[in-house]
Amino acid sequence: MMTAATILSFLLPLAGTVMLAFSGERLGPRGSTFIGVGSVGLAALATAWALLAYSGASQGVTLWTWVAVGDFQPTMGLTVDRLSLLMMAVITGVGFLIHLFAAWYMAGEAGITRFYAWMNLFVFSMLTLVLADNLLLLFLGWEGVGLCSYGLIGYYYQHEANNWAAFKAFIVTRIGDVFLALGMFLIFVELGTLDIGQVLEQAPRVWAEGSTTANIAALLILGGALGKSAQVPLHTWLPDAMAGPTPVSALIHAATMVTAGVYLIARLNGLFLLAPDVLLLVGVIGAVSLLLAAFAALAQTDIKRVLAYSTMSQIGYMFVALGVGAFDAAIFHLTTHAFFKALLFLSAGSVIISCHHEQEMDKLGGLWRKLPVAYAGFIVGGAALVALPLISAGFFSKDEILWQAMAADQTGLLIAGLLGAVLTGLYTVRLILGTFHGEPGSDHARHPEPGRNPFTHHLPLIVLAVLSTFLGAWLYPGLGELFPAAPGETSDTSHTLLQVLATGAVIAGLALAGWLFVMRRQWLHSIAGKGAGARCWALLNRAWGFDALFKWGLVRPWQWLVRGLRFDFINRGMNLLALIARAGNAGLVRTQNGRVRTYACVMVLGVTVILISLVLTSGGGR
Amino acid sequence: MNGIPMEHGLMLAAILFALGLAGLMLRRSMLFILMSLEIMLNAAGLAFIVGSTAWNQPDGQAMFLLVITLAAAEASVGLALMIQLYQRFHSLKLDNVSRMRG
Repeated sequence: MMTAATILSFLLPLAGTVMLAFSGERLGPRGSTFIGVGSVGLAALATAWALLAYSGASQGVTLWTWVAVGDFQPTMGLTVDRLSLLMMAVITGVGFLIHLFAAWYMAGEAGITRFYAWMNLFVFSMLTLVLADNLLLLFLGWEGVGLCSYGLIGYYYQHEANNWAAFKAFIVTRIGDVFLALGMFLIFVELGTLDIGQVLEQAPRVWAEGSTTANIAALLILGGALGKSAQVPLHTWLPDAMAGPTPVSALIHAATMVTAGVYLIARLNGLFLLAPDVLLLVGVIGAVSLLLAAFAALAQTDIKRVLAYSTMSQIGYMFVALGVGAFDAAIFHLTTHAFFKALLFLSAGSVIISCHHEQEMDKLGGLWRKLPVAYAGFIVGGAALVALPLISAGFFSKDEILWQAMAADQTGLLIAGLLGAVLTGLYTVRLILGTFHGEPGSDHARHPEPGRNPFTHHLPLIVLAVLSTFLGAWLYPGLGELFPAAPGETSDTSHTLLQVLATGAVIAGLALAGWLFVMRRQWLHSIAGKGAGARCWALLNRAWGFDALFKWGLVRPWQWLVRGLRFDFINRGMNLLALIARAGNAGLVRTQNGRVRTYACVMVLGVTVILISLVLTSGGGR
Repeated sequence: MNGIPMEHGLMLAAILFALGLAGLMLRRSMLFILMSLEIMLNAAGLAFIVGSTAWNQPDGQAMFLLVITLAAAEASVGLALMIQLYQRFHSLKLDNVSRMRG
């Protein structure tokens, strides 16, 4: 029963893609929307069925053998355990709500069929990724989501910038994917299998803890996770990926795809436990990413870019949790983050469409009375983002991460997390104030057209808003038995103390934000407008200049190298041959002047020369 | 016939050939070029006759018959070409026909 439901849920989005891709626009916008939303809706129902039928044991189902070469026999096999079921539920559940919202958001756009074909293919690829029982099939899903991300970032392909953003996302994540592929090769060479269960079983037998090979394998897989999850230093693609339609940002670049790296590390936890140094590096990279991104989010003017940096920052928290060995906490935060970040993005989408595609904070403002549903979405989602104590989902998951960091004695990571909480409060308040309060910055913001469709507009926002409160945190089943014991299994009084501290950090952030952005608004403006303040603003606005660093550190030197190679001396030598041939040709062409008499004369000349030479040589021979 | 030494006959053939060749190279009109060609063919034929007479071999005579046949065929083709030339260009100057240059 459960496996049947899983396979159904796995194949339904693929069926949707196939139908849409081969319909050739014959279905029309309504038909395409119906199929695109319907297939994911049915997949969500099938997932619910699988959840109800789940017995508690991990089950595998092999569809067929993919490749059979000697001992190398990867299968199209699915594993159903608590982790993959949870991921399935998040992907199809949140995915369905986002698809439904997209029916409102994308109404009237050209190319609806293409949009839904890509979206369904994305859901299918993501399900492949989380259900795969071997690394090769996982890699297929991993590449599939990257491809769909590329196709959807460049959805509005008539603007050149969008295509560059799509290229950037594809290429930067590809760098990570190369590392992941190398990691896979290393695992296959060393362990002789790609089956995830067998890899985790055999790794401790083949590799000693902390051995070089284990470290390298873990590092390579970490490289893949960094690219997909937009962590330092492979993070620069995520803010530009906001060029895609907002439902795409919500589904791919907030709720599901970017958390694939977290899933990968949690799934291969045994491998990382063999490489404690790399595991610690995961946490450090997470902490660095969460602080860098939180600072950068403070200085963005585009509401979607603020949300993009906040996504990076929240994934940084998940990496911190992974780094201290609290895999359960990381997946917990992944789940709640999927709820509240999808809510924030969809609310932002509602604002953007209502204001005729205006997404600059300077041009918005004063919308809270006119767009109450989106405002409510932002308030609830923002509360979860800053981890408002007790009533929000984010509080429970983020608190778990901070507690595990503290229990693992990683004071540095803990302080980074607390500082991140203050910054999160700052940029969230700035985002909400800038979008919904103050004076409207443009005519679009003065006369917005709020979304009115109760089914496609209100319903997804309301459901996600409910899931973003403490109810969403209660839904989390806990995956404790799947993972090795986290550092802080039992909570004690220091946990309560930490909760008070974290609450203090949140309130400090909110209070600081209120003081800065409400009371001292003019003062802040004057500081950011000139001198060191302006330079600081520009640095944060460009997210610490990573783009420039890569441009001057990697892209430009590469271009110089290529240019040098184009004019190299060997090539010059080759060109010389071509020049000689061309000169010879020009000379010979001149003899073909088309005059018969000239030809006759030349022939006579030639015959004379031959005769004379014959006479001379025969004379010499005598 | 035996009174004429072979050298004289061959000399005459060589002079005729050289005259024909000079005409072929120097004349501009196609009519004269064709005539020069005929002279050259006949010079070659004369050389065959002289040779066959001197050595009392009939091969040279037979060869001369072939040369005459060739000359007739060449004249008919050449004259047909000349008529075409005149119809296209209203002139017999061969230098006008130089469109097939490289």
